[in-house]
Amino acid sequence: MSLVNFTTREITCKIVYYGPGRSGKTTNLQYIYGRVPDDRRGRMVSLATQTDRTLFFDFLPLELGSISGFTTRFQLYTVPGQVYYNATRKLVLQGADGVVFVADSQARQLEENVESLQNLQENLLAQGADARGMPFVLQYNKQDLPQDLVLSKEELDDALNFWGVPSFSAAALAGTGVFETLKAASELVLRKLSQEEPV
Amino acid sequence: MTEELNPKFSFETLVVGAANRLAVTAARTVAESPGAAYNPLFVYSPTGLGKTHLLMAIGQLAKQLAPQARVEYLTIDEFVEAHHAAVAAGQSEALRSRYAQVDVLLVDDVQFLTHRREMQAELLRIVQELQAAGKQVVLTSDCPPADIEDLDERLLSRFDAGLLVDIGPPDAETRLAILLRRSEERAAEFGAGVLQAVAEFEVPNVRELLGLLNKLVAYQAVSESPITPASARELLAGEVRTQAPMTTGPAPALTAAGEPVAAPPSERPDEFADFLSDVAHTVEEQVEAWRSRLGEAIMRWEAEGYGTGRLERLLDQDVPVSLDRVLRQFERDVEQLRSMQATMAKVDAERAEDPVFYDPDRLDEVDQLVQTALHEVGPPPGPSAAWALSSFVIGESNKLAHNSAQAVVKQPGVRYNPLVLVGPTGVGKTHLLHAIGHELAAHPGAVVACLSAQQLIDELVEAISNERVDVWRTRYRRATAFLLDDAHLLTGQDRTQEEVFHLFNELFDSQRQLAFTMGRVPREVEGLDDRLVSRLEGGLVVNVPSPDRELRRSIVVRKLHEDVGAADEELADYLAARPAESIRSVVGLLQRVIVAAEAQGVAPSAALAREMVEGAAPARPRVSAAVRTSGIMISPSGGVRSREKMVWHWPDPAQRVIEEMA
Repeated sequence: MSLVNFTTREITCKIVYYGPGRSGKTTNLQYIYGRVPDDRRGRMVSLATQTDRTLFFDFLPLELGSISGFTTRFQLYTVPGQVYYNATRKLVLQGADGVVFVADSQARQLEENVESLQNLQENLLAQGADARGMPFVLQYNKQDLPQDLVLSKEELDDALNFWGVPSFSAAALAGTGVFETLKAASELVLRKLSQEEPV
Repeated sequence: MTEELNPKFSFETLVVGAANRLAVTAARTVAESPGAAYNPLFVYSPTGLGKTHLLMAIGQLAKQLAPQARVEYLTIDEFVEAHHAAVAAGQSEALRSRYAQVDVLLVDDVQFLTHRREMQAELLRIVQELQAAGKQVVLTSDCPPADIEDLDERLLSRFDAGLLVDIGPPDAETRLAILLRRSEERAAEFGAGVLQAVAEFEVPNVRELLGLLNKLVAYQAVSESPITPASARELLAGEVRTQAPMTTGPAPALTAAGEPVAAPPSERPDEFADFLSDVAHTVEEQVEAWRSRLGEAIMRWEAEGYGTGRLERLLDQDVPVSLDRVLRQFERDVEQLRSMQATMAKVDAERAEDPVFYDPDRLDEVDQLVQTALHEVGPPPGPSAAWALSSFVIGESNKLAHNSAQAVVKQPGVRYNPLVLVGPTGVGKTHLLHAIGHELAAHPGAVVACLSAQQLIDELVEAISNERVDVWRTRYRRATAFLLDDAHLLTGQDRTQEEVFHLFNELFDSQRQLAFTMGRVPREVEGLDDRLVSRLEGGLVVNVPSPDRELRRSIVVRKLHEDVGAADEELADYLAARPAESIRSVVGLLQRVIVAAEAQGVAPSAALAREMVEGAAPARPRVSAAVRTSGIMISPSGGVRSREKMVWHWPDPAQRVIEEMA
């Protein structure tokens, strides 16, 4: 589905926000949604439980308009973080052009982060996508929590960022680091898309 | 207690825009397969955005698709009223069972359940029951369920387990579409741009939008001058309420539960604009990068001596091109040029240096040139048209060979490759080989090489002596099928075997058909290279044995029909009964009989044949005659008429012994 279509002159990018439950993926999307002018965003579709946990997925389409003659669209998705929704995660991952991994910076959540990262790798592999070749960005969210509860960016890089991909500290609720993460992911995706022009 | 479905409220009359697309899609799905997709479906939106319309549309469509389905539409107020009435009458069970029989239950205005615990429990019970029975429930409310005050947790979780969708205020295009449709329905006509002007008003809901239209219609009815866009704007300006969701700034984001997310600090710069410019920069870089890549490619190909006009022309154009595709095509064309140049070099080294071989834009011309050159060299020897597959006489003994030949003709290069026909001389191998060649040559563009091994050897020797082996090779490598007769004659011809080996590999790899005939199976042919033997054995080796009696008879009958128009049954039987090693000997004998018959001016007959084969047939058996012979027929003139040592009537051995003793 990802495409730089030279005939219709369209660019469509699908970016998936991945990560353990409650790490702040939906919050990222909600923050972005809030900053996008009306005419640029589609409706954010959020299918959630009454406790605000994403049940299926969030979907935020962004119309970036015409860039260098290309109608450019971004589609942002989140996956449900809870372990038992793996089928949904696989579904949402299909055709992703890039992945933002939103990690929970809290020290006690480290195990969940690692598990979710492994799950991401497994799911990408199952789709025949090479995790290393996929545009991939890490976000260490909740850095605004008291310092004694969270791991530093360096510590998290050590623990999670074994591919050496771009990583960002964030406090998604307040919006810190949200757009920086999206920008980095978009840039990687766009550079990759133009290399992978369809035959 | 139940409102009738308003036929005006159908999917057809619903204007779909970005704001309600999801809701409408979900609603349609639900109507088309009640209970199967989203159950319950919960639609929420501020008032006047089409919730009721959607509910009724679901009901209509469900009813239309399944006329026997029971569809109930009710508002919460009606629901409460009916419940109270039923309780008062002591009929609450009857009411409950009535709901239980509904296939599609449509409940409007669920927000009015707030603080009505008893009714909530009642609704919960009904929803549970219907869901359990696979019946569809659709509910609407003016806010998400989580925002309905004092709503039972169990109801909340029920609603959440289905699909929650909202309907937003219509965007400008949708507003215009609604205005156009409604004014059409009301046969109201407005001047150009008037409805567009109305659509510019960011009314919070459809109802108010239609209010504007009503006002406009009324005004037009009493106005003397037609309404202009400007007068419409002026007229309606005071009518429009400004609504928070319709302001142009970023709207406050809602969590799934509808609570506003902490607003971004106002001092933060416009992050989206920043993001957009970043993306634009990257896209521009990526899209424009093609020019520099194109430049590099031009330099590279120019350095290699190829014409790059095609690429240079692209540099002049503004539209970004799919560069990878263009470069891949260019590279492919150069590859093709090189391959054709190599072919040409084998035929004519001088012409292969023509500049045209360095211009990818003249591929067709080059192809023509090479084809002409190849044509001048001439095609390889082809099959003889004299041997058609249809004239091949089939019997039990050669059926397998015939079938495999047919399979080859049907799927050349795929089914049996190579096909090796093995058998003694004169059994029809050559006939079959040429017949295959003949059939294959009928394919458009086919170049069938069909010749004997001896011919191939002779050609090669000549090519070597003329130093034109390359040209010779080129002729055969163009072949789409290579059929070699009497391949056992390659024995001891090492150079020819070497050539055949390479030719075999090249043709086989490109799935072109190969077929051979041989006197014996390849592995039994001495002096044949092992590499060739294994390749031949790797295909289908079919034995073509000496013709059996039935086949011999068929051959005679067919030949008689062809040559004299009618077959003498007795003659056919007589000739078929004679053992023969080959078809050739059967035909040869028949030929002699026909010639003799012609010379005598009679029709070919068994008697004539017998006379030719055995000499004059005895008038009757002379078993007791004094003169015995050893079985060799002596003609009356004293000479041996036939050299065939055929015992026609074997004398009694006992008598013979006596005779000799005497």
